[in-house]
Amino acid sequence: MPRDDLKTIGFAAVICVVCSLLLSTTASTLRERQAMNVELDRKINVLKAFGVPVEDKEGKTIAADEVERYFSDHISEILLEKATGNVLEGKTSADIPKDERKAKKVADKTILPLYVWKDDGKTTKYAFPVSGQGLWSTIYGYCALDSSAKEVVGVTFYDHAETPGLGGECSAEWFQSQFSGKIIWADGTLYPITVVKGDAGDNPHAVDGITGATMTGNGIQIFLRNDLEAYDKYFSKVRGG
Amino acid sequence: MAKAKQIILDPLSDNNPITIQVLGICSALAVTVKLETAAVMCLALTSVLVLSNVIISLLRKAIPAKIRMIVEMCVIATLVIIADQLLKAYLFDVSRQLSVFVGLIITNCIVMGRAEAFALQNPPLPSLLDGLGNGLGYSVILISVATIRELIGSGALYGVRVLPESYMGNGLAMLAPGAFIIIGLLIWAQRTAIKKFETD
Repeated sequence: MPRDDLKTIGFAAVICVVCSLLLSTTASTLRERQAMNVELDRKINVLKAFGVPVEDKEGKTIAADEVERYFSDHISEILLEKATGNVLEGKTSADIPKDERKAKKVADKTILPLYVWKDDGKTTKYAFPVSGQGLWSTIYGYCALDSSAKEVVGVTFYDHAETPGLGGECSAEWFQSQFSGKIIWADGTLYPITVVKGDAGDNPHAVDGITGATMTGNGIQIFLRNDLEAYDKYFSKVRGG
Repeated sequence: MAKAKQIILDPLSDNNPITIQVLGICSALAVTVKLETAAVMCLALTSVLVLSNVIISLLRKAIPAKIRMIVEMCVIATLVIIADQLLKAYLFDVSRQLSVFVGLIITNCIVMGRAEAFALQNPPLPSLLDGLGNGLGYSVILISVATIRELIGSGALYGVRVLPESYMGNGLAMLAPGAFIIIGLLIWAQRTAIKKFETD
């Protein structure tokens, strides 16, 4: 083999080793911090669905220790068996099978996580994750209900890749804030929230859609209904008893 | 000294990477919906460009000609991934909005272009200035486009509402075609101003 080729191979090897060392060092140093960001963002969205003001007047998000304080003071997580709606006693989120954790649709889950908000030991609100297909992407969010499981406390959508300015507006305040106070249960019937074109008026079961994002709205409507129906096995017991 | 000044100032206007060389258009369309994302993108690209230019320039006498481009790609890709990881750790919200576009700096023609056209033939200091100049040239255009789009599209600047609430916002400015039109107009304006036209 000519000397030049040897030199080329040697040079390439050195570059590869140096680059990969740099990358693995960066990745392992930052991994913890990145995971913390993702987890904090998820928790902030649970709080938001529960109606906790997560931004101060200047629009700054509340600090991590305050988020943790809300969680330790008020929130506990329980798991439900989807088929029956029964509480799985003594199990934690670590018991959820790995492939279910990032499941896009409620249909792919067998265990449903539920956050319970307690004030002075009394349950006042419930929140659960909702997710499903929008137009381009899977939309992830949380939906919170009051203690009677008949009225929506709040809905948030936080992770999606819809068109900015159109479907992306689903994570905007004006769209999400419409959900609070909507009625999902009346006279023994489940009324999943519908996303209507134009003005929902004072319809207690519907919200205004996003102009130019009918498909995103349809997606949200469909997965909210699926999720509500799945959790209703549990909530119907809450209402009954 | 005069030469150093020229290296920095040239890409700002007379040889702007976007409006004159028409490179890096993809990210200029994608991340300019809001000023904040555009600003972070500019920062990321400029840092990658400066560092890659300096590193390639330092290695320029050692890089075997046969694998020149692969080595350049390797250096650039490493820098971009590090930048992306840093954003995910320290600017989580912005990095989520930028999504894949930080990673796509790897394929940004400006970075590769400057490595090939400048850093391979010049010592580290001029290469650093060249990277800085081109990064700034890219930033000037991105910030201009983002200012126009955020103002027309959502009536705000840097997330702060400046137009009255009654202003509905213009959907076209938020979408890629709106950015395309704005960049087209900028290219036209700049080329008319400095009287540089493609003849043939």
